[in-house]
Amino acid sequence: MTTFRHAKLALGAALALGLVTSLPTFIPQAKADEQFFPLQSYRVGPYAAGGTGFFGGFIDYLNLINIRDGGVNGVKLTWDEGETQYEVERGVEVYERLKSRPGVAAWNPLSVGIAYAMIDRISKDKVPLITINHGRTDSTDGRVFPYVFPLLLNPYSETSGIVNYIATREGGAEKLKGKKIVVLYHGSPYGKETIPIYKLLSDKYGFELEQIEVPHPGNEQQSQWLSIRRAKADYVVLRGWGVMNPVALKTAQKTGFPVDHIIGNVWSNSEEDVIPAGDAAKGYVAITTQASGAEYPVLQEVIKTVYGAGKGNLDDKKRIGSVYHNLGIVNGILNVEAVRIAQEKFGKRTLTGDEVRWGFEHLQLDPARVEALGAKGLFHSINVTWDNHEGNGRVTFQQWDGAKWKVVSDWISPDWAALRPIIEKSSTAYAQERGIKIRTSGDDPVGQ
Amino acid sequence: MFDTQFLIEVLVGGLLSGVMYSLVAIGFVLIYKTSGVLNFAQGAMLLFAALTFVSLVERGTPFALALLATLAIMVALGITIERAVLRPLINQPPITLFMATLGLSYVIEGAAQLLWGTQVHGLEIGVSDIPFDIAGVFISRFDLFAAAVAGSLVALFTLFFRYTRTGLAFRAVADDQFAALAVGLRLPRVWAAVWTAAGIVALVAGLLWGARLGVQFSLSLVVLKALPVLVLGGFDSITGAIVGGLLIGAIEKLAEVYVGPFFGGGIEAWAAYVVALALLLVRPSGLFGQKLVERV
Amino acid sequence: MTTITETTVAPTRLSWLTPNLLGVALLLLLGYGLVPWIGSDYLMDAVLTPFLALALAAIGLNVLTGYAGQVSLGSAAFLAVGAYAAYNLNLRLPSLPLLADIVLAGAIAAAVGIVFGLPSLRLRGFYLAVSTLAAQFFVQWALTKFGWFSNDNASGVIDAPVIRIGSLSFTSATGRYVFSLSIVAVATALTARLLASQIGRNFIAVRDHEVAAKVIGVPLLRTKLLAFGISSFLIGVAGVLWAFAYLRTVEPAGFNLDRSFQILFIIIIGGLASLRGAFIGAAFIVVFPLLLSRLGAALLGSVFDSGVLEMSQRIVIGALIIAFLIAEPRGLVALIDRAVAAARRLRSSQS
Repeated sequence: MTTFRHAKLALGAALALGLVTSLPTFIPQAKADEQFFPLQSYRVGPYAAGGTGFFGGFIDYLNLINIRDGGVNGVKLTWDEGETQYEVERGVEVYERLKSRPGVAAWNPLSVGIAYAMIDRISKDKVPLITINHGRTDSTDGRVFPYVFPLLLNPYSETSGIVNYIATREGGAEKLKGKKIVVLYHGSPYGKETIPIYKLLSDKYGFELEQIEVPHPGNEQQSQWLSIRRAKADYVVLRGWGVMNPVALKTAQKTGFPVDHIIGNVWSNSEEDVIPAGDAAKGYVAITTQASGAEYPVLQEVIKTVYGAGKGNLDDKKRIGSVYHNLGIVNGILNVEAVRIAQEKFGKRTLTGDEVRWGFEHLQLDPARVEALGAKGLFHSINVTWDNHEGNGRVTFQQWDGAKWKVVSDWISPDWAALRPIIEKSSTAYAQERGIKIRTSGDDPVGQ
Repeated sequence: MFDTQFLIEVLVGGLLSGVMYSLVAIGFVLIYKTSGVLNFAQGAMLLFAALTFVSLVERGTPFALALLATLAIMVALGITIERAVLRPLINQPPITLFMATLGLSYVIEGAAQLLWGTQVHGLEIGVSDIPFDIAGVFISRFDLFAAAVAGSLVALFTLFFRYTRTGLAFRAVADDQFAALAVGLRLPRVWAAVWTAAGIVALVAGLLWGARLGVQFSLSLVVLKALPVLVLGGFDSITGAIVGGLLIGAIEKLAEVYVGPFFGGGIEAWAAYVVALALLLVRPSGLFGQKLVERV
Repeated sequence: MTTITETTVAPTRLSWLTPNLLGVALLLLLGYGLVPWIGSDYLMDAVLTPFLALALAAIGLNVLTGYAGQVSLGSAAFLAVGAYAAYNLNLRLPSLPLLADIVLAGAIAAAVGIVFGLPSLRLRGFYLAVSTLAAQFFVQWALTKFGWFSNDNASGVIDAPVIRIGSLSFTSATGRYVFSLSIVAVATALTARLLASQIGRNFIAVRDHEVAAKVIGVPLLRTKLLAFGISSFLIGVAGVLWAFAYLRTVEPAGFNLDRSFQILFIIIIGGLASLRGAFIGAAFIVVFPLLLSRLGAALLGSVFDSGVLEMSQRIVIGALIIAFLIAEPRGLVALIDRAVAAARRLRSSQS
């Protein structure tokens, strides 16, 4: 009798598993000449606001290319979303589910944790992984990480860009000497990543440095800001995340620290970070790689063509041109252009992941090309090569005026030359640990 | 060189933060005292209340009307929870009830975001936060206001429990469930009242915390700040929640500022638990908690 | 009233302790003989491997909570200890074979578990449960704070080594699945043996009535700490599987409170004090959301955007958990047993 019971149980389990595994096959197969973008989006959970903006912008741009141009040289762009809630294992599940779809162009998770978990997997499957503005710093070294692209900005460049900006506000790098900068960082690996770089720059420029941790999630910062006040800081760099950002701005006000001397990093630079802080955020400055606002031609075309056709992805049209939405648009431009560049070489057809990788390694958009794409002023330029996967993105600084962000600086270059040796040291160590052959030219065969 | 002024500032800041913790903890205590449930959905209720209120205001509802409407919704929510979740689970072990409230928090969080979206909102409740400067010590105007609100809330509850029939029934149930049943008190009615009260606390805490953090998903995480308070003060004592909150707030800040640097900072997240634990080893039911009576 | 709520825990079911060997053999045959040959990579990599790791963690927690009656909300911390310990053992003592790393990692998790179990000697119920949160937050903080644990990786993320035993390497999805299945099968069998022994009976005695247990001569101190140790050992080993066989790269943030709750859910939904329950509960928690999201996308994907679908799923899962608890507070195991008993009655009445 009990045997019967176990057998039934096993049968039930087998049926359920069968259902799970067979479901993907219900989805229609892609036809010829389509390029597929699998999206590990997050529209629910604590980071949903960022996820809806970024993936909304990305999808809006892909839609624009499809509707306006009929795809990239006739190759239609397709995508499918899998919800991750920003959790690593859900991201992995979506990866495993969507990776076998035909014509995968590139992965764009916008999550450090998910990106890390994918590095081994995409390297084996030979598909590019794009971590725009974030990701693993040493993956900038394309010699070791052929398939990973931290486009525009990695955490080290961000650090250097912020220090360079403070220097221009003070009137030159030599004026940094004797100034006191406090870095307030999120108590997570992400937050801690730049600790040695700030130290390095402090030694180089002679400013005093204090780095203070805020435990996750950061909804209480009284003691940290009192310490900042006691330290008589000239500037505070806010390396925050989620709810930590508005709380930092509010607590700064509470302890009497001037808000315009707080400089936010790339994860503290969105509307979602300042709106909850209300008036306390007025005057706050943050780094960005892409300006916000909808006045750029490409945004206008998105509004006209995509939203005009009722195919816009954002529910709330007021968010068009917001920081995350524009980051999604820029991400769309970079992905589409990489595909276009690769098509020049390999033919105007569905490309393999490795061919798209080649496209990203030749993703060189100078300011003239950026203007032709309707994105002049939205972002500066990018110059990716086989060994530099970041592509020397420029940064700019924006100030919150209570209603919108206003650009308050020129395009600033981080000190790439000084950072490259540190990056190479780390990537070489990784290559040794993993037994990866370091490429010596762009024509080297890639893969492990 | 010891900076006394700084010490006072940290201490005062800590005590005022502690009031905010107490406010969340009181919601837990109300429910635990009468039904033995550690209601993990308190955070979700807080989020739901704040999100409902702020969304109504953003859609043009006047402040007072929005407050009333949210209050009504929270009352309805409390009664529904009692009907749909607690009553069917009567006499189940506490762990089962705890898990049910976790499930409940999924439902409430999902519903809140489904109804009002996942956007973050700012919430201004008309108290600006330019600090008072008293002899060089900065004291937050907003935190003082929050403390006053929390104080009046507690006073209101005290009066309610002392002088109304429902309040008396509540105390009877908290003292001895069986005896209360035996004299003919209707438990479900008391429970519904308690969940309603917890809903009101969630609304007040949600508005105050929402004004501090902004109204967003992370609001539900403030329950983690309330848990060590509960352990320290005792799960079933409102006095405990208040004293515990003040203690935890002060200790947490002092530890971060004075002990933190030796560990490289960021110890706030667990320092409160360690302190609460140390105390528990001396008093296993917290400062004000009911002693466990062992029946053999 | 505290005593009323403290004493009622599901009556002990010892069905697994007298296992129907044929049923187990059938499942193992299916797991080893059929799945690796016909299962897709997706099934093994994204469904079965995490299922196995979580089931083992749930067995660990069940030893502590279901059998010995001590509630813990810190399971994720012990998963993390296991994962990071195995990583460091592998890195720093390269001569040790991987299996030794795994056992030692479990032992380290057990040691940490015993330390955080010390308060159980004085605390009961939710006081104990909340104090185990200290483990949760402390471990996560320590792993983030001290770079040594992650070999000074700038991002605190560790990359798991390739699983290799002797000359066998388990790199493919199938390999990692088979590896996990073997570890889990062995660990489950050993746990079943242990629970059937005097130690297991001591656990149950402590759970059902501490004072009475003391009176009949059960050493409370040793028994409770042993429960914490064994439980953390199993959870630590599960952490190794989670890190090495499943994700292959982990960060401290992955072992947060939600994970602890997830494991607690598994044993409550599956059934306390039942090894079968741990597997059934894990299957429910891992497979059901996937099934739901897939069905939702297939049926309603064209009507609603994915955010709405996802939120609705959250509501459905929460409501289902409540519904399950109401329908059968003793878990899915009891529900299945009841259904089987009813079917049997029906059949015997027909014959």
